[in-house]
Amino acid sequence: MTSKHDEKWYNKKISRRDMLKLTGAGVAGVAIGATGLGGVMKVMGQDVFEVVADDSTTENKVNFYGTHQSGIATPVQKHIYFASLNVLFTSKAEFQALLQKWTPLMVRLMNGELMVDHATNVRVPTGDTGEASGLDASNLTITVGVGPSLFSKLNMKQLQPKTLKDLPHFPKDQLQENLTGGDLCIQACADDPQVAFHAVRNLVRAASGLVEIHWSQAGFNSFPAHEGTPRNLFAFKDGTGNPLITDKKAMNEIVWVQGGWLKNGTYLVARPIQMHLETWDRTSLKDQEATFGRHRESGAPIGKKDEFAKFDIEEKDLEGKYIIPETSHVHLAVKSGAKMLRRSFSYASGVLSKTGTHDAGLLFISFQQDPAQFIAVQNSLGRLDKMNEYVTHRGSAVFACFPGVEKGSYLGEALFNSL
Amino acid sequence: MKKAKFYSALMVGGLLLAGCGNDEASKVESEETTQSENVESTEVATDLTAELQSYQQFALEQMDQFLIETEKFVELFKAGDIEGAKAAYAPARMYFERSEPIAESFGDLDPRIDGRLADIEEEGKGKEEWSGYHKLEYALWEENTTAGYEAVADQLLADTKELHALVQTVEVIPDLMITGAVDLLNEVSTSKISGEEEIYSHTDLYDFKANIEGAEKIFEILRPKLEAKDAALVTTLDEKFKAVDDLLANYATADGGYVSYLDLTDADTKALAAAVNQLGEPLSQMGIVVE
Repeated sequence: MTSKHDEKWYNKKISRRDMLKLTGAGVAGVAIGATGLGGVMKVMGQDVFEVVADDSTTENKVNFYGTHQSGIATPVQKHIYFASLNVLFTSKAEFQALLQKWTPLMVRLMNGELMVDHATNVRVPTGDTGEASGLDASNLTITVGVGPSLFSKLNMKQLQPKTLKDLPHFPKDQLQENLTGGDLCIQACADDPQVAFHAVRNLVRAASGLVEIHWSQAGFNSFPAHEGTPRNLFAFKDGTGNPLITDKKAMNEIVWVQGGWLKNGTYLVARPIQMHLETWDRTSLKDQEATFGRHRESGAPIGKKDEFAKFDIEEKDLEGKYIIPETSHVHLAVKSGAKMLRRSFSYASGVLSKTGTHDAGLLFISFQQDPAQFIAVQNSLGRLDKMNEYVTHRGSAVFACFPGVEKGSYLGEALFNSL
Repeated sequence: MKKAKFYSALMVGGLLLAGCGNDEASKVESEETTQSENVESTEVATDLTAELQSYQQFALEQMDQFLIETEKFVELFKAGDIEGAKAAYAPARMYFERSEPIAESFGDLDPRIDGRLADIEEEGKGKEEWSGYHKLEYALWEENTTAGYEAVADQLLADTKELHALVQTVEVIPDLMITGAVDLLNEVSTSKISGEEEIYSHTDLYDFKANIEGAEKIFEILRPKLEAKDAALVTTLDEKFKAVDDLLANYATADGGYVSYLDLTDADTKALAAAVNQLGEPLSQMGIVVE
């Protein structure tokens, strides 16, 4: 609050030179247009959106441009920062301008570049918040989607896909308003947590006054050597039943939307699920495995050795009992017949003040060409799922993720072309 | 928490630094820049002489009023008029809060006048070293007495007179204005919006309003120069100031004051905080006036 200074400092003569040093007043750059955030440049008084290319020389880089957005059919990274945003504007034009502004900034971020090149005026804040400076791209992916509420807010319900609506209430849901819904989402995944957070922070900052963060969640994943399936905090492998992201046919059947303005896009379901670790940790291994329907160590279906062995829910033992318990999580999920691409992350966010227990769990994220796929699985789990005893669903949101962007275009162009 | 910033320098004759272009200033090297190598060492490129004078005038007026109102407050307090002193407390402080960028530049006077117990304790000092407005706030609202606090009231008046005298000699430089506006908003975001400034009287909204008015004044003074540089920024700032003012107006009382901070719900403070943050981002761009 006070610095160490002579009691009568104000009686001391300060030389002009010291004065300049004290205040940095001797330093001021002169650069036009270096103050605001990048993305928009003025050329002859017209707003022009810069086109930034994917930089192939960057280390650990995922490409921005392509048929689909990144962060979906991308190998899962170690970290996520997921943000659900509410928009503060009401016009389609403002939304379009925001996506046009964000597009080159997303490419820059995924290139591991600063949001704007160094500014020279030290009297204004820097265009980039700076904490990713010196870090490489860290396989950053940024995935943007729109929620059902956006279409009514922007008065464009005619373009709202029929399948894009708030998810129904499921058994065992204890949804909190501050973890549910949102007009827009930004999913930033990277192998470095600071890179992921930096991306969300800077995109939100670039949209100051246009969006506000409704809820957000950081998450992590760890991978055994040789790119095995990551384990969730219940220590079970999570994602074994996924389609291969390299299998175009399967991805087209399960993940990518096949027509309309959302063609080559997908639906993202995000659900923060609290895991009651203390109760889980006092559950016998046998019961834990019966809860999942898999062996904990290998990830194999119960009675099998191999993680990727076929999951046969009809298989019975000599006494005619199901080998994989009918109430097990995977049994019920498989029974629904629906498939999706799961891309979840664990979270540990401190302690719950009411109970003193870990505030930890799974930020469940899945991608599917129709939210009905997720709904079918969740309904099949219903009240029967033995897992219910150990988890509470705290939040729920669904977003339509735009198709990918071709260079020279911008995120979400297909939507605006259909207006 | 406020950091003392030595933005002000006392100079005989009060020569203004901005745009003076004297030899010595242009020879200064940019060894203390925090920016990248490509920062050029040049003077402020814009002549802000008139703006700096306007702001100085504003600060002097605020300080005159602050002294007058503090005298009244201390008089009521020392007369043992608890209700009268309570009523005079928050309005008097507004003059200080409006011109805080100036007041802040005087080392330990700011904490002596405006220090909170939390700030004092943070420095490892005890209650006995606490002085100023907030100590009297504690006496009035928490202990409901003035007895035993007369010396604190005398000290407050003496400190205020000293501050008033010092401000007469202050020299305003561009950074004081540019940084000052954002600092005022930061004050709001960090202590007023959380109700941590006026923990006994809960008159945080008075301080809130005054901080915003202080920032708005700086914006108004710089407006013509900003218009020429970036008209869209001025439009945005007008909108964002209006949004904050409109929100605050919801909490105004008939006597020209504001409701207690305790009357605000979480939703209320969240909306106010969001409006302040949305104002802060464009406000931080006012530094383009020196380009």
